[in-house]
Amino acid sequence: MHDHWGDTLEPRLVEHIELTLIAVGIGFAIAFALALLAHRYRPVEHPIGVVAALLFTIPSLAAFQLLVPFFGLGKTTIEIPLVAYSLVLLYPNIVAGLRAAPPDVLEAARGMGFGPRQLLLRVELPLAVPSIVGGLRLAVVSTVSIATIAAFLGEQGLGYPIFLALKEPTPFRTEIYAAGVLVVALALALDATLALAGRALVPWARKGLA
Amino acid sequence: MIFDTANAHTFVEAFRFIEHHPGFLATKAVEQLELAGAALGLALLVALPIGIALGHLHRASGVAIGASIVGRALPSLVLIGVFLTALGIGFVNNMVALAVLATGPVLTNAYLAVERVDRDVVEAARGMGMSGRQLLRRVELPLATPLIFTGIRIAAVTVVATAPIAAVAGGGGLGDVIVNQASYRLAGVIGASLLVMALSALVWLALVAAEIAVTPRALRTNVVQVVEPREGAL
Repeated sequence: MHDHWGDTLEPRLVEHIELTLIAVGIGFAIAFALALLAHRYRPVEHPIGVVAALLFTIPSLAAFQLLVPFFGLGKTTIEIPLVAYSLVLLYPNIVAGLRAAPPDVLEAARGMGFGPRQLLLRVELPLAVPSIVGGLRLAVVSTVSIATIAAFLGEQGLGYPIFLALKEPTPFRTEIYAAGVLVVALALALDATLALAGRALVPWARKGLA
Repeated sequence: MIFDTANAHTFVEAFRFIEHHPGFLATKAVEQLELAGAALGLALLVALPIGIALGHLHRASGVAIGASIVGRALPSLVLIGVFLTALGIGFVNNMVALAVLATGPVLTNAYLAVERVDRDVVEAARGMGMSGRQLLRRVELPLATPLIFTGIRIAAVTVVATAPIAAVAGGGGLGDVIVNQASYRLAGVIGASLLVMALSALVWLALVAAEIAVTPRALRTNVVQVVEPREGAL
């Protein structure tokens, strides 16, 4: 593993992190907008959830291939499915988070003269943080995992050394294990980072006050 | 963003490919369903009894819930690679790798389904003198059925959607066409991709229908749930 760190594994690891962060970042922006929409207009909540669930049933390998004629073999083709798959994990958790404020808390805030906007920014969003972070953790772990399939399109991410090794007549064990361990370690590391960030964002939860 | 005539032509060619090779593609689709079915069967055999038993006993929640978290972190390609080096190329290796992927959702949902049956109902049943086994058969399992089925549906769709990837390790199926552009050209790759998509959508629809059918009428409120359990339910 040491011999191939600089030329094989390190660039693939950096690519993998890039693919994941871009996908979850864009996915979060879209899911957040949709969740705000669903929060305001309840009738659209369920249909959006079903569409997200349907998108998730599209096999990743097929999704990547079907986008090749439109976007070539580059990053766009890889990111579109990754973003789409993240929605099924992000959207329901953000919606659930926005609904987490207890009715009496909302009543009290309204009594203090909060308008809908203040209510959202100062009450509902802070209370939604744990659930939103929960959704982000699921999305990051799942995206790291799915991003390995990008290797079928070319030299992209940690899936590529595995993909190459599998194509050999006698598969190279070292590369499969080394890249495999790195993928799982990356998922766990990003998950732990988000968990810590989430705790830092809601100090009151640790004291058991909310 | 280029929706020009060349792209349109690629898809026309893809549909022609499907039209001209129906027998071949059907064989490949059946191969893929066989692999997925075997993997799901293996996962159900192992995970259902364990999940239900742990839920009934209210034990080992960490293991039961951790299963789906670990399952999500393990990429299919890595699993296929690892089992390939352990079990050799072919059907068994791919079946085991896919079964591992399917185990998480089945185990976690079965556990949560049985474990979270309303305590009052369980108490009432015990008060009526039901034994542990009767309680499981006549109260917990019927009430848990919808959520258990949700887990099976998630697992089934995961397995069907992942099966094409197994083509790199001799898994056969429609994935064989997708990873072999040299032989089947872009038209074949796109055609097979479209079929793979249709196949998993069909499996999803069939299982949603089955789920509605096995859910007692009184519990049919929100059957088409979002595919994944929410963080709260994890």
